This record gives sequence, structure tokens and C-alpha cells, in this order.
Amino acid sequence: MGDQRTRIGEGQSDDGLGPNTDIGSRLRALYGSVQDEGVPDQLLDLLEKLDSAEKLQGRDDEAHDE
Amino acid sequence: MSKGAGDEQAPSFKREMLATLPSLRAFAVSLTGKHDKADDLVQDTVMKAWAKQSSFEMGTNIKAWLFTILRNEFYSQMRKRGREVQDSDGAFTERLSVHPAQYGSMDMQDFKNALSKLPDDQREAIILIGASGFSYEDAAAICECAVGTMKSRVSRARIRLQEILQVAGQADYGPDAVSTQVTTTTLSLGNR
Repeated sequence: MGDQRTRIGEGQSDDGLGPNTDIGSRLRALYGSVQDEGVPDQLLDLLEKLDSAEKLQGRDDEAHDE
Repeated sequence: MSKGAGDEQAPSFKREMLATLPSLRAFAVSLTGKHDKADDLVQDTVMKAWAKQSSFEMGTNIKAWLFTILRNEFYSQMRKRGREVQDSDGAFTERLSVHPAQYGSMDMQDFKNALSKLPDDQREAIILIGASGFSYEDAAAICECAVGTMKSRVSRARIRLQEILQVAGQADYGPDAVSTQVTTTTLSLGNR
């Protein structure tokens, strides 16, 4: 119980994917290269729209409450 | 009064979602193999997640929650389309716009080819554990399998990758390829 050793790090060196392993490093390099591309504007815009729609909605609700 | 809690929750839900997007997107690329499809998938996921944000408990693992939604969305879309996506041979098949600096392009190509030869369940397992940084428990929850199943998928994936790479790359690189990684040092120019 409470053994969290399989969390990032230790557990992963056991399975050959730790920081000094070939496969692990290559996986992370590949994955990291996609992460480093940044998030496309259309996605950021979508999140902004969802957020502002919700804020408007919230304001309406509040107005009705009072 | 009751609205106050909601107001505080919304912006930080968005912030946490934003922080997870790059990794979520990389996972999507690993599933679909195509950047445009991956972006569509992330977009669908963001909308789904937003619609059901009330079912998310702030402070719990939003990354695992979003990955679960994205993965479910991917497989349900695949089922609807009769697995045509399968032809794309998942896993970073497209040319990368940002190339991992520490590896030659041939090395990375070999690796991508090797990844694409893995069965879907093994590939997603080794990516979730080895690259996305999930614990076995979280990865198992995302893939709706037992922790032991996740462990064996990862281990089979790693062994298979090693076999493929050894055959493909015996002449290309030795076992020490990784230790030749270059650490770039940035010249500090100071503040003034």
C-alpha cells in the first residue's frame, strides 16, 4: 500500500525506458518534437471561444439570479 | 454565492487544459499518424471535455482525464469509419517540422518505422509510459485495462522495438548513440 514507485522515474528505469535508455530517449525525443511545435491557433481560438461563451452564460445566469 | 465557485473554477480549468494541450496533441499525432487528423481529434476532445467539465474534479489528474477522452474519441471515430484510419499506420508517420536535435534524421526515421510496426495496443502503451510520463496505474485507466496488462504491453513493445532497431540499424549506430547526446550550453550575457 502507498507504494508509488511506479510513478515517473524509478518504475520506468526498471522497464528499460528510463533516462539513460536508447528506446526511452528516442521516444521522448520524437514525442517532444511534436510538443515543441506549439499549439495551433485554431485550438487556442476554440478554447477562448468556449471560455468567453461560458463567461457570458454565467453573467446571464447571475443577472437572472438577482 | 453558489456562482462564485464556478467562476473561479472555469478559468483554471481552461489554464490546466491549455497546459496539457501540447502533450495531448503529441499523443494524438502518435495515434493518427497525421497532424491534420490529430488536430481535428484534439479539437473534438477539447469540445467534449469542455461540455463535461462538471464531471471533472479540480485537483485530480486533468491530463489523464483528457487523454482518456481523446483516446475514446479516436477509437469511436475509427469504428464509425470502418477503421480506414488504420491505413495511415499510426505513430508520427509524417515528417516532423521540428526535428529532434540530438538524433540524425535517419535514426529517427528508423525509429518511427519501428514504432509503426508495433500492434496498436503496445504502441500506445509504450508512448503513454515512456513519453507522456504516465504512471502504470494512470495509463491502465486511460486504456481501460489492468495494470499488469499495461506492464506486459510496455515490456513487449520495448523488446520488439529493440529487435527491429537492431536489425534495421546495426550499421547505422552502435549502442552508445544516445550517450553522444550533446548538451548545449547557453552563454549567459547577464541582464545589462
